[in-house]
Amino acid sequence: MLNYDLVVVGGGPAGMAAALKARECGVKSIVVLERAETLGGILEQCIHTGFGLHYFKEELSGPEYAAKFIELLEETDIEVKTDTMVVEITKENVVKAVNNIDGFVNYKAKAIVLAMGCRERPRGALNIAGSRAAGIMTAGTAQKYVNLDGYMPGKKIVILGSGDIGLIMARRMVLEGAEVKMVCELMPYSSGLTRNILQCLDDFGIPLKLNCTVIDIHGKNRVEGVTIAKVDRNRRPIKGTEEYVECDTLMLSVGLIPENELSRAMGVDLDPITGGPVVKENRETTQKGVFACGNVLHVHDLVDFVTLESQTAGEGAAKYILGLEEEENTVATKGIDGVRYVVPQMINTNCGSDVKLYFRVGQVYNNAKVFVESNEKVILSRRKPKLTPGEMEDVVIKKEVLETLPVGSELVIRVEV
Amino acid sequence: MNRELTCIACPVGCPLVIELDENNKVVSVTGNQCKRGINYAETECTSPTRSLTTTAKVEGGIYPLVPMKSANPVPKGKMLECMKVINAVVMKAPVKIGDIVVKDILGTGVDIVATNICPEA
Repeated sequence: MLNYDLVVVGGGPAGMAAALKARECGVKSIVVLERAETLGGILEQCIHTGFGLHYFKEELSGPEYAAKFIELLEETDIEVKTDTMVVEITKENVVKAVNNIDGFVNYKAKAIVLAMGCRERPRGALNIAGSRAAGIMTAGTAQKYVNLDGYMPGKKIVILGSGDIGLIMARRMVLEGAEVKMVCELMPYSSGLTRNILQCLDDFGIPLKLNCTVIDIHGKNRVEGVTIAKVDRNRRPIKGTEEYVECDTLMLSVGLIPENELSRAMGVDLDPITGGPVVKENRETTQKGVFACGNVLHVHDLVDFVTLESQTAGEGAAKYILGLEEEENTVATKGIDGVRYVVPQMINTNCGSDVKLYFRVGQVYNNAKVFVESNEKVILSRRKPKLTPGEMEDVVIKKEVLETLPVGSELVIRVEV
Repeated sequence: MNRELTCIACPVGCPLVIELDENNKVVSVTGNQCKRGINYAETECTSPTRSLTTTAKVEGGIYPLVPMKSANPVPKGKMLECMKVINAVVMKAPVKIGDIVVKDILGTGVDIVATNICPEA
């Protein structure tokens, strides 16, 4: 058994930022365990730019953003174990990991940061009829083939789902000489950023078909085409609107799921909406000394916000390790009337700083007003010209306001049009 | 004449209203939250540009490819032509971030630079 102050599970942007912040706060022995052969996580294959505008005030590609943190880590004596798979975390904070050099190792930790990221919803989650032909893959898998391995996944592409990865891959495939026939989106709006719809679809004349889905996949050994159909308000295909589209590849960009197998197995409470752990403002889960940040907690739109959140978790873990935690005085947060979720789900009103609440809405709202209320009293309100499910929103609750909230009360965020 | 655009300078995506005179010169820009919106409106209405990111082959490296970007945006209409030039390039490992892959691509004055390392195998 190896003893560490802090074990960080995952060496993507979340894990790196949390480890660096914990070190800055005075934590001595830290190890980062990473499944892949390099640090950086999914940023390594996100070769497009658009990262770092908030955090570094410059536009970087994914690998450049990651490299800045990798360099900072290399300047410290934080240990990094790549090619290392965590297989279990016990309630006693023992992290069990395996790699082909050290073999099977037990890491006993004072605190743990969960930073495992998320994975894509696969075909199996969609129940699309059709064969198991080659050529059906998630957009992220295609991104890895093209950007890291140097393989073209196909020549004629249909993309289902208009999440950002799907949009980015539409442009990428066109640049590499493929024909992207269309992007189909089940919902009446895209969940991707507007800038990506403009730069990745409109620039190349790729149609975005809203209220449209794939209902059948044709081909035996290789995809030969798909049948698409319009959907009604209940997202059911409308009879008579079916259309055959010839293609050799179907890419799926239909949502991301926080990867919480380890968290679930260790008994951390999960939020059914976010799919990630329930956390306090310092990103501590319901298990003492176990923190979570980044896409394992809730799916973020921008890595810049992952970095900021992970620094909060790193600082929280450091305070826990160094015995500097404040006395608990908890209130719960909750989203109602159009607000699907709020992170963090709990706030310690004694935490001594302002707290930023992140939330997402369930549909598109124009000229809406966001209210934060406690005991039906409005604490703050914000006018929002536009709210969409694809863009994470936030409100900041001032420290002075937090201190006035009754213990055990509920802080509610709601939308009004 | 007014033209409506969504700014793509950053993920905020400000809705811009651009007033143009008869020569398509920008008279005023509203709706932007920062200076980049004005710059975007001006280039988009006169000579639109885009950042280009792709990969190039590497020989003798631990990876088969290295990612790259245009150091500055290139003319929007020249993106596919730039791709042809970059796809013909074979880099030699080791590659460092910032290494120039193609200098002054297609005479645009823009360099194509590596955005990740590729150590020797």
